[in-house]
Amino acid sequence: MIPLNFYLILAAALFCIGLFGALARRNAIGILIGIELMLNAVNINLVAFWRYIKPAGATMDLAGQIFALFVITLAAAEAAIGLALVIAIYRSRDTVNVEDVNLMKW
Amino acid sequence: MDLIVFYLFATLAVIAALGVVALRNPVHAALCLAVVFISLAALYVLLSAPFVAAAQVMIYAGAILILFVFVIMLLSPGVDQGAGALKWQRPLAAVFGLALAVELILVLASAVLPAARGQYTPERLAQIGDVQAIGALLFTDFLLPFEITSLLLLVAMVGVIVLAKKRVRS
Amino acid sequence: MDLLNNLFVNLYDWLAGALHALAAGLNLVKDAENAIVAAVMSLVVIVVLLLWLVLMVLVLIWLERKNAARIQDRVGPNRVGPFGLLQPVADTIKMFIKEDIVPTNADRLVHTLAPIVVAAPAVLAFAVIPWGKGMFPVDLNIGVLWVVAVGSIGTIGIFMAGYGSNNKYSLLGGMRAVAQMVSYEVPQVLTIVAIVLMTGSLSLNKIVDAQSGWGGMQWYIFAFPVGPIAFIVYYLSALAEVNRTPFDIPEGESEIVAGHHTEYSGMKWGLFYVGEYFNFFLVCTIAVTLFFGGWQGPLLPPYVWFLIKVYALILLGMWIRMTWPRFRVDQLMGFAWKTLVPIALVNIILAALATPILKAIGLI
Repeated sequence: MIPLNFYLILAAALFCIGLFGALARRNAIGILIGIELMLNAVNINLVAFWRYIKPAGATMDLAGQIFALFVITLAAAEAAIGLALVIAIYRSRDTVNVEDVNLMKW
Repeated sequence: MDLIVFYLFATLAVIAALGVVALRNPVHAALCLAVVFISLAALYVLLSAPFVAAAQVMIYAGAILILFVFVIMLLSPGVDQGAGALKWQRPLAAVFGLALAVELILVLASAVLPAARGQYTPERLAQIGDVQAIGALLFTDFLLPFEITSLLLLVAMVGVIVLAKKRVRS
Repeated sequence: MDLLNNLFVNLYDWLAGALHALAAGLNLVKDAENAIVAAVMSLVVIVVLLLWLVLMVLVLIWLERKNAARIQDRVGPNRVGPFGLLQPVADTIKMFIKEDIVPTNADRLVHTLAPIVVAAPAVLAFAVIPWGKGMFPVDLNIGVLWVVAVGSIGTIGIFMAGYGSNNKYSLLGGMRAVAQMVSYEVPQVLTIVAIVLMTGSLSLNKIVDAQSGWGGMQWYIFAFPVGPIAFIVYYLSALAEVNRTPFDIPEGESEIVAGHHTEYSGMKWGLFYVGEYFNFFLVCTIAVTLFFGGWQGPLLPPYVWFLIKVYALILLGMWIRMTWPRFRVDQLMGFAWKTLVPIALVNIILAALATPILKAIGLI
């Protein structure tokens, strides 16, 4: 059996890569893609925790899988809304570069 | 055997993830993202969670990714041109990413995780069927979050249509 | 009779037994022996399945051309072999020796990978189909979901083809195909949900078993009113999902040359062609499994029954293709979202309401 830590390390690596992607891109779509990566990393953790341990204090088993499903659903909603926003911004300002969308800067 | 499969897909996922953040062409980045999604689905199968794996492929690779490539093609943002106004953005992002990585590794190295197992072991799930178990739990213990999720999806749907719809000039 | 019915199952068992005997000669640990036999047997199944699918595609191509000819009052292929039966083989050889062209400025890697990404998932999905009594490569308890999930990967392949070719017709066709496939996947999955509600299982084997009683009257197509509605919606959206006329706007010759595979030639084009037929065959096998009782039937061996039903549906699809004109793009999307999806949603509610009643009178 594969040690739990292997999964956690993989998830950590993906999360860090996703964070880097979200911070380093100036393209709004690129940022959203980075966020998707981070959500996926979290999902690995959730399912791996379900498989290997029972989280202390949790009364409900299988929560790992169910939370993963919730995360997937929310990721779909998040991507849809985010991309719709990007399209709306593109329509009015003709750019997807987040640096150029600074009208609400103080 | 399991270990080989794990190494294969974990390496694939990490390499593809690096591709996602490193490739300049947004379409290539999105296609790398597809590789990440699918290799993670394989890992879910390895973790004996086939339903999550199927949902992962169906929703992430089948819907979310398609959404991304669609918008990329629609707006054709073109190739990401090096540094913009914020010259220190990329290095700083790398610093943050690495800092988080170090932090997580320290936590993982020091943490002792409890080893108790829940009621739904993979063996038991194979007996009752994990879709049935998940379905039953979704409609009993997780009913409230489930309903909230459905509401949220509805709100998201309405919001997306309102946002993305072309305004008809009156 | 019994021998014929279980021909392939017995063959499998015999081969596994022989392998066990052979491996026992090596004096291995029991686990290693079992692992080796299992690995070899899965390899055998995969090879047989692939050969079988290729054969089916050749038959389908011949059938499609002959059928089209018949409907359009032509003769069709009749030069190579009796009734032109060897025409697909000749075409395959031609495809293999043709030049493989990659357009300049194309995205080379994406362009080359696209046909593989289109064709491979279609093959994977066949792994869960019950071809006859006890004849399934694997019995996944999420069988239906596996088919849907794997099928959705093919969409990415079509997009890759459209993007990677660096051709405006390819791109247009690719975007059309993606929009269409994503839209029609929704009613397709929703009708499957209705069937799953009636069965209470996602495993294709269990779905077939649930339709076994009453000499065929328990097939879900007869589970009035849910079954017939579900079948019609499923079949229409499946035809759209595999981009066949009247839903073939992604490759409408008169509009955008050949859609996403405009720039492909040689074996890469061949893979698209084969992938299309794989997909068509796949949706027909799924429809038979979900609605027509799979391999169940009297007298003839189960696998023969399965093929008869599948080919009946395939002929229906070919007939539709030859008789109806193409939709317009906006009509097509409207048909999916304004007609099929609402019907499928209502059908799910109907299924939830009707299942106890149908169960009580024994129809399902």
